[in-house]
Amino acid sequence: MTERTYKVYSITNGTVIDHIPTPLALKVVRILGLGQEGILTIGMGFTSKRLPGGKDIVKIENRVLSRSETDMIALIAPEATINIIKDGAVLEKRRISLPEGVTGILRCPNPNCATQQLGARPDFRLVDPVGPVYRCRFCERATKVDADLLMHATRD
Amino acid sequence: MGSFKGRHIISLRDMSVDDLGTIVEATARVKSGGAADMLRGSTVAVMFFEPSTRTRLSFESAILQSGGRVFGFASPGASSQSKGESFADTIRTVTGYCDAMVIRHPVEGAARLASELATVPVINAGDGANQHPTQTFLDLFTMEEEFGRLDGLKIGMMGDLKYGRTVHSLAMAMAHFGARMTFISPPNLRMPDSAKAELLARGIGFTEVQQPEEAGVDLDVLYITRIQKERFGDPQEYESVAHCYRLTCETVRALGGSVRIMHPLPRVDEIAEEVDTLPNAIYFRQAHNGVPTRQALLGLVTGGLE
Ligand SMILES: [Zn+2]
Repeated sequence: MTERTYKVYSITNGTVIDHIPTPLALKVVRILGLGQEGILTIGMGFTSKRLPGGKDIVKIENRVLSRSETDMIALIAPEATINIIKDGAVLEKRRISLPEGVTGILRCPNPNCATQQLGARPDFRLVDPVGPVYRCRFCERATKVDADLLMHATRD
Repeated sequence: MGSFKGRHIISLRDMSVDDLGTIVEATARVKSGGAADMLRGSTVAVMFFEPSTRTRLSFESAILQSGGRVFGFASPGASSQSKGESFADTIRTVTGYCDAMVIRHPVEGAARLASELATVPVINAGDGANQHPTQTFLDLFTMEEEFGRLDGLKIGMMGDLKYGRTVHSLAMAMAHFGARMTFISPPNLRMPDSAKAELLARGIGFTEVQQPEEAGVDLDVLYITRIQKERFGDPQEYESVAHCYRLTCETVRALGGSVRIMHPLPRVDEIAEEVDTLPNAIYFRQAHNGVPTRQALLGLVTGGLE
């Protein structure tokens, strides 16, 4: 199976995000704010030894994601692994870790927060890697991150 | 001791133990008359996007007593926001008219946002259910004045511990000083798990009980808060706990007789008036300490007080 996936979707240059638990691939794409540029290949529901529920793969052609970008994936899929591909070979294998700060990707669930009422840009700090739990810099409430808190993609 | 000049005062989370010590010490200097006229030549904007007469008057009195000038508004209807101007634009405009800003707003995080837009120091006078740091500073000063120290006090907090931001901030501040805390509340108004987790993470233990008599006879302070109707979504939940506590002289005796009673005021019926005349009752002095505390803070952030 693994053999086939790489044959079908292999890229020459770019970033491969592997071991995304099914069905989170589209949410990973949203976290990264991808979709406007370049060729994006998404495969869903591959069998995986590590992930009994199946895995998704996202391949981004001709773009090398930075560590701060790929760390954002850890918010919803800490199991994901990153391969940076150059000239058809793996240039870098990367593990991801939770970002200390998250700006503009998560929304604060508190309806009375300045981010919801006064147009403040959401900004969170990590308080507990278990969860993970982040604290809103404005209303100061701690929130357990889940995929429903992702904002619609805006990269700025 | 860090300099306060130019600094925003938004949240207890931004304050170190040294910062709290600086504020308490500066308040003592102001109260003893050692810092007259420190706001001479300064203009302070006091903007209340929700009404709170006591807090506003306390700030205005502090500014005037320090020789400063004050302008602003007392309710949102009096601001240009009612004409549709955004909060951000109001802040960007007013920052050019003053040397410091005091802001009260019903939205949580409003003061933090203002501090990012203003070019003068911003003092948070309450942002929704989140923070009201000057209340905590005056509470600390009152305890220091009463006991000559803040370290290792035994403090009971009673009332609405679930929604009461005053007790959350106070617990966070007292954690800096190794306080021993007892939380007294009905089961459905207990201190939230997140607040308790923060205390435990800082090595501060606590006890939870339902009645003041269970708090033992060696409390230094019993801090009582009002159960606020507006914090409850469900009127039935409010009614079920509304009048559950009423501190009397008998309760004070049951607590060992030397406990000091504090309350952020206004009270409803949680302290019987007979308690007012006991030497234990220090809540009116506590309220009066709001003025020197706010004088000291404004002096520190404007640079008028070193
Ligand atoms: Zn928030």
